[in-house]
Parts: sequence; C-alpha cells; structure tokens
Amino acid sequence: MTDLLYSEEEEALRSAVRDLLTDRLDPAGVIARTESDAPHDVALWKTLTGDMGLAGLLIPEELDGQGATHREAAVVLEELGRAVAPVPYLTSAVVATEALLACGADDLLARLASATTVAALAVGLHTAPGADFPAVRLENGLLSGELTGIADAVAADLLLVPADDGGLYAVDASAVTVTPQVSFDLTRPLATVTLAGAPAGVRLGDAGPAVRRALRAGAGLLASEQLGLAEWALTETVRYLKERKQFNRSVGGFQALKHRLAQLWLEVVNLRAAARAAADALANGEDADLATAVAQAYAAGVAVRAAEEALQLHAGLGMTWEHPVHLCLKRAKADSIAYGTAGAHRAAVAELVDLRAP
Amino acid sequence: MTDTAELQRRTAQLLADHPPATTGRLDFLKARFDAGLAWVHYPEGLGGLGAPRSLQAVVDAELEAAGAPDNDPRRIGIGLGMAAPTILKYGTDEQKQRFLRPLWTGEEVWCQLFSEPGAGSDLAALGTRAVREDGGDWIVNGQKVWTSSAHVARWAILIARTDPDVPKHAGITYFLCDMTDPGVEVRPLRQITGEAEFNEVFLTGVRIPDTRRLGEVGAGWRVALTTLNNERVAIGGMRLPREGGMIGPVARTWRERPELRTHDLHQRLLKLWVEAEVARLTGERLRQQLASGQPGPEGAGMKLAFARLNQEISGLEVELRGEEGLLYDDWTMRRPELVDFTGRDAGYRYLRSKGNSIEGGTSEVLLNIVAERVLGLPSEPRTDKDVAWKDLAR
Ligand SMILES: Cc1cc2nc3c(=O)[nH]c(=O)nc-3n(C[C@H](O)[C@H](O)[C@H](O)COP(=O)(O)OP(=O)(O)OC[C@H]3O[C@@H](n4cnc5c(N)ncnc54)[C@H](O)[C@@H]3O)c2cc1C
Repeated sequence: MTDLLYSEEEEALRSAVRDLLTDRLDPAGVIARTESDAPHDVALWKTLTGDMGLAGLLIPEELDGQGATHREAAVVLEELGRAVAPVPYLTSAVVATEALLACGADDLLARLASATTVAALAVGLHTAPGADFPAVRLENGLLSGELTGIADAVAADLLLVPADDGGLYAVDASAVTVTPQVSFDLTRPLATVTLAGAPAGVRLGDAGPAVRRALRAGAGLLASEQLGLAEWALTETVRYLKERKQFNRSVGGFQALKHRLAQLWLEVVNLRAAARAAADALANGEDADLATAVAQAYAAGVAVRAAEEALQLHAGLGMTWEHPVHLCLKRAKADSIAYGTAGAHRAAVAELVDLRAP
Repeated sequence: MTDTAELQRRTAQLLADHPPATTGRLDFLKARFDAGLAWVHYPEGLGGLGAPRSLQAVVDAELEAAGAPDNDPRRIGIGLGMAAPTILKYGTDEQKQRFLRPLWTGEEVWCQLFSEPGAGSDLAALGTRAVREDGGDWIVNGQKVWTSSAHVARWAILIARTDPDVPKHAGITYFLCDMTDPGVEVRPLRQITGEAEFNEVFLTGVRIPDTRRLGEVGAGWRVALTTLNNERVAIGGMRLPREGGMIGPVARTWRERPELRTHDLHQRLLKLWVEAEVARLTGERLRQQLASGQPGPEGAGMKLAFARLNQEISGLEVELRGEEGLLYDDWTMRRPELVDFTGRDAGYRYLRSKGNSIEGGTSEVLLNIVAERVLGLPSEPRTDKDVAWKDLAR
C-alpha cells in the first residue's frame, strides 16, 4: 500500500536540511548571487553533499552512496524548494544519477556519491519523460553538435550526452563549451553545450531508456520541490498578512483574503499527498508512471498559483527585487515547464488510464 | 490490548456462531454489535472493544469476504456520523445503552434538527424554545427546516434555546427527540431534484423528558460542536478505490461512448480525473494519519474538495451526454429513504451535488474555519458576542 506519511527518519532528515538552509542561505545572498558569474552556491553544495552525503541518497551503499530511496530525496527537495536553493541537486543527484543507474555506470556513480563530481544530463530541461530529445553527431569517436536549455550545466564537471548512434556518453566538461543562457529562473540556470569534436570516451549505455528513467524521476521528485515552494509561499503570506495593517486592522482578517488563503492551503494539502504518492511509487517501482504523471499534472498549477498569490498579497513589497517572492515565482513558473508541462503529463494520464482523446 | 490477530479470531468466532448464509440480516448485525465488532474503537458493551480505530478495517475486510450483511451506512449516515459520537461523548450510561445498538443496526434511523429558517450558517442564533415544566419535562416549540430523513427517522438530535437572556451561544441545550411524539409534524420539502429528501419539521408543545437531555442545561452549543466536527470529518475518512467517487461514472461513459468525445471535454475530463485522484490520495493520507495517531487538520478541507469536485464532474457529464443531457430521468416527487449522491443519472447527480457545498456547513463557512483554525488568521468581527439572544436584531 502506498505510504503517504513521513517516517521519523525522514522528519529528522528534513530538520537537518532545514537547519542548514536557515543558517546558510538568506534571500539577499541568493539574489546577489544570481547577479554574479557564479549563480550556484558551491559552499552550500559541498556541505549538503560532502558533510551530509545527500548527493548519494539514490546510490547504493556499495558505491559509496546512502542506499536510501526517492522518499528521502523528496524530503530534501521539499526543503530545497522552500529555500529556492541554488544548488544542482535535482539535476545531478536525481536526474543524472538516475541516468547513470540505468546504465550501471558504477565508477561514475561512486564519483557522484562522494560529491567529487557534479553531473548534468544534456537534455533540455523542458523535456517530458518519453518525449523525443536531440542528440549530437558521433563520428570517428568524436561528438559534435549543440544542445540547448541544459539545466545546471555551468556547475557540472561531467555531461551525459545522447549521441545519434542511440548511445549515452559521459563527456568531461573541460572538453566542451558551456555558454550560459539568460534564464527565466535565475537559481537554476540554463546553458548551451557546444561539442566541437569532443572525445566520446565510453558509451555508458542506450540513451532512450536511461533518459526516460532519469526524466521520470526528475518529474516525480520535482513535485516535492514544488510542494516546498508552495508551502513557503503560503506560510510566508499568512505570516505577513497577520502583521500587515491597513484600514486599522490586520489585512489577514478580511474574508476575501482569508478565503483565498484557505483555498490555497487546501491545494497545498492535496499537493502533499500527490507528491508523496509519486515519491513512494518511484521508491517501490509500482505504479510509478501514473503516480508521476498525476503529481506533475497537478503540481505546477498549485506552485505557480501559490507564488502568484504571494506576490499579489504582498502587493508593492512583493513586486520588489529585494523581496524573495520573485525567486519563488520564477522557480515555480520554470518548474511548470521542467520535465514536461501539466498538459504533457495529462496526455500521459489519458494513455495510462484509457481516457483517449476524440 | 486488542490486536489484529485477536480481532481476526473474534470475527471468525462471530461468523462461526452466526453464519451469514443462515442468519437473518438484523440478527447478524445485533450479534456483531454484541461481539464488539461494530465499531471496534467504541467501549466494550457499546459495540466495541476499545481497540484502535484503524483496526476496524481488519474486521470489515473479513466480514466482507465472508459475505456478511452490512448496516447500510448511507441510510443511517446521520446516526452513525453525528448522533453516535455525540451520545458516546456526552450521553449518560442509560442513554448509551438505550440508543447506540439500534442506531448501529439501523433499526432506528436518526435525523438532525439543527437548522431553522432564521438560523443556518449562524446556527447558534436558533429560536426554537424549550421551557422546563416545574423541574420536570421540557416543552418544545419551534420550527426546523432542511431536515434530511426526518420522514424515516425514529429519533432526532435537537438543539433548542433554553435561556434567551444570555448571549446566543450560552443559552442552548441539546436534546434527543422522539420523532413519534405528539406535536412533531414532518412536512416534505420538495427540492431541486424533484424529490423530497429533506423536510420541514414543526415542533408544537412537544414534551421531552429531562432524561432525554444530552449534556448540561445551557451547554448545548459545546455538545453541538462535537456533532458538527464529526459531520465534517465523516466524509474525509472514507476510503475509495481509484475512480471510486463521482469520476467513476463519467470515466466509464467516456470509454464506452467514443461518439460523445470532444477535445474541449477531453481536457476538462483529464484535469478533473487528476484532481479526483489527488483528492483520493489526500483522503488516504488523512486516514493514514488518523490510524498512526497523528491527526492533521486535513479533514477540514476534505468536504470542500469533494463538494467542488462533485459539482464540476457531474456538470461535465451532463455536457458530455449532449442530446441526452437535455433529458432528466424522473421528476416525480418522492421521499427517498436514503441519501444517494452518486445514484440515478447525470442530471440528478448534477443537481444533487449542488447541496454538497451547503449541507453540513457551506463552503464559505468552512473556508472561514480553515482560515481561522488552521492558518490562524484573525476571526471575523463579532458584534453579537456579549448581547443577550433576546436583544439581537432579527
Ligand atoms: C441537501 C441538504 C440537506 C440538509 N440537511 C440538514 C439536516 O439534516 N439537518 C439540518 O439541521 N440542516 C440541514 N441542512 C441545512 C444546512 O445545514 C444549511 O442550509 C446550511 O448550514 C446553510 O444555512 P442557510 O441555508 O440558512 O444559509 P445562510 O446561512 O443563510 O447562508 C446564505 C449564504 O451566505 C453565506 N454565508 C453565511 N454566513 C457567512 C459568513 N460568515 N461568511 C461568508 N459567507 C457566509 C453562505 O455560505 C451562503 O452562501 C441541509 C441542507 C441541504 C442543502
């Protein structure tokens, strides 16, 4: 049976991550970083992965990982989502890791687990599980071509590149050119990866199934990040509206706003169930396609609405560059496209439960 | 401590002593109550064993597998969901012994005499009067309205004003009212669906002995809150399979009738299918929380979600049926015995589901409750708090 609750260990993991993020990440710092050349918080990443070992959650213990499951990774993502943390966790510790797990690339997995390497799957962030994706040309052991929209590529030491022979190749970042794109979500930056005759090295395995599995895990656990975002937006807005006074009373006492917030709370409660179901299904491998599609068909709407409501209800303050609500909105809106839109996931649901289009 | 194995043993014993194939329905239900397997979390002697609530599922599964009759919760929903927990919490021993068994077996159906023409959402404003006759019986006069099942009910939970000189919440007392007593008149109130599932109830000089009072004189509001809280969670704890609710019939229609499909309806159907599945998971999560002893506030939201979903899904189905959607199965005025949200045809479901956001507290009132009790937002300004009920503007 699907376990939709959090275990004690998961709650302990949550508070450890939350404590760290509270100590180490303040919105002003995140905003300043987005305007620098180094959008990722490398020091924070090192603590998360080195000291806490979180990069290896999905990696078996014999490969130096934690041998945990998607349920624990989901809890980490909830907290990273709450903080809109600029670290390549979803892209490296979930998506690239899953691709490597699919290929049985043990040596690379061990490098990811010990956090000496950050990897990125060189497939556009917008790609839904099961959708087509571009590949680069393979000729005489050299890879050539350009791939766009690659999330967190600027932080990666290793790129997992699909080639036109149907294989997935591990390419050292030093062998390619990574050009930052101007990203809508400043905290998960995209880049163009240009390969001009880069050495292909070893073929890790077939790209099709590896990419599909990686994107499915990405989509399923993205729902937990979206839950964290939405929860932050709701909690922060409730807190602010209790404090903020207009017309000689706290604006949170006006029923028009109370109802909007209560409605949002309801959606967050629903999103929690959907996100937990997806994480549990990925962990057990049962019903994972449907649970992931359901969660992604639902999550984006809630996260975006929560962020948009937060902005509207913070009004002038919400519209400023200083206030973190814009980080949340930008991430939420980008998340609504990442690993497939809600519409793409609804189409997947239609197939999976036999509710066919006309 | 009663555990799973013990419950399985007791259930097997019940089935051995009273084989469903040869035992009458009512006799089986009585025996089940006496064996403590009716609601296992109730105390011994009152249909339970004081076991954890989560273990009821163990008993239910075994009995269902054995083809044992059930007590048709749809017919006795008000008794099970509202009267019983309130009697359990506030009743005297005599009241618990007298009422719980026939309530659970369905021999006695209950109704809820709360709402009045002038007191709906503001229930505590009610005006039905109960006056005590020389320290003896209470004499009740007033009118109740929208009373579901009053025409089949043997008993009612009733709140009435016993002291008009104190603020509205303070002067209310809670009674158990015998619907067959002289002075109780039930008139059908035909509703939007054509049938009369609810009623008007006129109370004229109805005599209620003091032994039928539940809780202290003047403490009726507190007792009523127990009823109302249980009313709202009654829906949330329900366990449904995938496509178990209102989405089931419309998904089936979609699969079986490709000629009705359009692109616009497809998008809306998929959206609602996903929302229904997510609501089902939320209900399941709530159940898991309750079972593991960590109740969350999620229950407050379940009724809101169900109401909206039922309305949108049934509305979609009427449209999907196109030409047939212009028809209605039957407008005959009837007085149904059970409340059936999902029965009959799409048009009926559409109309009946409009009540889902009104009965048991309107969606607006529930949103207030979530905003204030869950999110801690400031409460509505209250102008009537310190005013005696009799001095309130009406
Ligand atoms: C099918 C059905 C079955 C029912 N069965 C029973 C029964 O068995 N027993 C029983 O006692 N009652 C029963 N009821 C009555 C039901 O509980 C009341 O109708 C309900 O509580 C609302 O009261 P009202 O109809 O007087 O609406 P009102 O309270 O007059 O409300 C009118 C409108 O104002 C809104 N409103 C009211 N107060 C507020 C506020 N503070 N903030 C914002 N909006 C507000 C309401 O949401 C509503 O939209 C039933 C109703 C239905 C529809």
